[in-house]
Amino acid sequence: MSQNLLEAKDISKNFGGITAVQKVDFNIPERSIVSLIGPNGAGKTTFFNLVTGIYMPSTGQITFDGKPLENLQPHQVTKRGIARTFQNIRLFANMTALENVLVGEHSRLKTGMFGAVLRTSSVKAEEKRARDKAMELLAFVGLAGKEDEFAKNLPYGDQRRLEIARAMGTDPKLLLLDEPTAGMNPNETATLTRLVDRVRHDRGVAILLIEHDMKVVMEISDRVTVLSFGRKIAEGLPEEIKTNSEVIEAYLGKAYAKSVGNEKDKG
Amino acid sequence: MAELKTRPAPVPNIPRPAGPFNRANQERTKIVGFTLLALFFIVLPFISKPVLQLFGPTVFGDTASAVNTTLIFILLALGLNIVVGYAGLLDLGYAAFFAIGAYTMGFLTATQSPLYKYFHVNFWVALPISFLAAALFGVLLGAPTLGLKGDYLAIVTLGFGEIVPITFNNLTDVTGGDSGLAGFIQPDLFGFQFTSSTLEAWYLVTLAVVILTIFMVRRLVDSRIGRAWMAMREDEIAASAMGIDLVRTKLLAFGLGASFAGFAGAIYANSLGSANPSSFKFDVSVLVLAMIILGGMGNLWGVIAGAVALAMSDRYVIPFLTEQVRKVADGIKLENKLVDGVLTTEPNVLKDILTNIGSNSRLLVFGAILVIMMALRPEGLFPSGRRKMELHSATSSDLQPFMSVSDDPLNKADDAHSLTYNPSTNEASLRDESDRSKDSKN
Repeated sequence: MSQNLLEAKDISKNFGGITAVQKVDFNIPERSIVSLIGPNGAGKTTFFNLVTGIYMPSTGQITFDGKPLENLQPHQVTKRGIARTFQNIRLFANMTALENVLVGEHSRLKTGMFGAVLRTSSVKAEEKRARDKAMELLAFVGLAGKEDEFAKNLPYGDQRRLEIARAMGTDPKLLLLDEPTAGMNPNETATLTRLVDRVRHDRGVAILLIEHDMKVVMEISDRVTVLSFGRKIAEGLPEEIKTNSEVIEAYLGKAYAKSVGNEKDKG
Repeated sequence: MAELKTRPAPVPNIPRPAGPFNRANQERTKIVGFTLLALFFIVLPFISKPVLQLFGPTVFGDTASAVNTTLIFILLALGLNIVVGYAGLLDLGYAAFFAIGAYTMGFLTATQSPLYKYFHVNFWVALPISFLAAALFGVLLGAPTLGLKGDYLAIVTLGFGEIVPITFNNLTDVTGGDSGLAGFIQPDLFGFQFTSSTLEAWYLVTLAVVILTIFMVRRLVDSRIGRAWMAMREDEIAASAMGIDLVRTKLLAFGLGASFAGFAGAIYANSLGSANPSSFKFDVSVLVLAMIILGGMGNLWGVIAGAVALAMSDRYVIPFLTEQVRKVADGIKLENKLVDGVLTTEPNVLKDILTNIGSNSRLLVFGAILVIMMALRPEGLFPSGRRKMELHSATSSDLQPFMSVSDDPLNKADDAHSLTYNPSTNEASLRDESDRSKDSKN
């Protein structure tokens, strides 16, 4: 197995008296797709926010690319190579698709105040490279020809894909996707699933996926981790998770889990 | 996997109106507009007087000073537009930086300045220092307000806008208090001595600074920095997740916005020869904010148009209107009566009201303009493409399908016909389908 890109050890997060994430160990190997699933309120998004620097963990340590992620602001985490999308789309609505991706490239560009005003040849060249890269990313996610559309005028599925293009603009090593197929029809879901797979395959980006659509999770994940009430209750290959009784219990309740277990015994 | 790579996402081939940003076209329009505007402004002081005198010398005073004031307001509007229009930080105390620029110029050049005994510099040196001083205070104000947005930020900046002129007012020993700081040493250039009455010379200096500012703002906005400002305005959380340092970006917006007000204040005060705290009160902040809202927030040319419109109407239209009201009031004859053998004047409420309006209605007319403007055209006179969409997106998207129908050369039917015709065909086809499904059931 390849090296771990992200290692979270013994992570907890308390909000007052509530423990949203409790002693979770978690690894993401390079170039892999790891899914994080669990019932609503299991702490998935909190875990995301811990990784991206929006929250600080109460205990434990997260190591990314061999170095600890400590006391970093969200923009510093992004610069280290972790990008994310949001559960409820947070595009820059009144900016064009191209501008959205260019903003994603912000931390990889150098132009400062004086450079922008003087517009030297190196600034022009950087801007040209940034635009070319943004156009290429838009084409990659299937939004070629829509670069001048305002983000908010794009159809829902396109907005989801634009969010991925924007995140890819930050040149990430790890991409965090928070329910990327929420609210999509089966067709759009299938296209997006393929896109996620291509991000890993063509670009070599590791992916941490929060997803409720089990079909998507089982189709593309290398490993699946299950959270319930802030604790990790299972981890393994998709097939293992499918049949794990504790996972079924967490999702569907004890009674159902028992009946499934009984049937299996009979079988 | 190879198969996945080659399958392109379907791109619907719907005819759509030209994109809101046609870059090459926009660039050309802007260059032409810029040149025309610059030419207009260069000849303005030389043609304005004879033209305006056609309307009568009593109404219009010295046009050159009005034009100078307008240019100062353009500078202020351009600076505030960075903070409010691009970065989305509502600043209600912008006049404070105007004051800081003016007093910095005063401290460095005025004979009444407490520093004058020790040192003084000439105008050309003091000008960039005033710019930097205002930028510094912009950052100082920005730093404690970093966590604030919208209404809360507005209140803090409002407070700052009150503190600064009051401080200059009360530090009597240093600033001359409410009588102001006077005795500014005015500059000379190639042997030409500027004075408070060489208005054309001040005009050209201010115009040069305005053009420099437009140049800087345009380039900043169309760069990595401008994109970061706009992203921050749209969504702070997403912006920081995309690698934008919010602290640095906000402080840059505050500092730069303030620095242009510093420019404006320094030139304004030196051209008058004095700085007075009453010129930097809250109404200046509101006036400048009104200019950028009226003109079209976020659009450079709109903001300039707004500044011109309001500064000029403040100087000409409003005095003209109030003059007319006063004439009407003067026309109302009061009746004298003998009461108990004493000749007394009957009170006349209408005359009192009209006299009041006629003498003190600047803000009344001003408020009326803003109310009408916001009700009829909330996006401003010349909105940026973005803001237009923002405020009218519902209507424009409703209209699009109809537009594409009537634009289609193959569709010869006139609009009215196609509008009445299309729904009926749709209904018909729906009915067909439901009939067919009934048939299949049967």
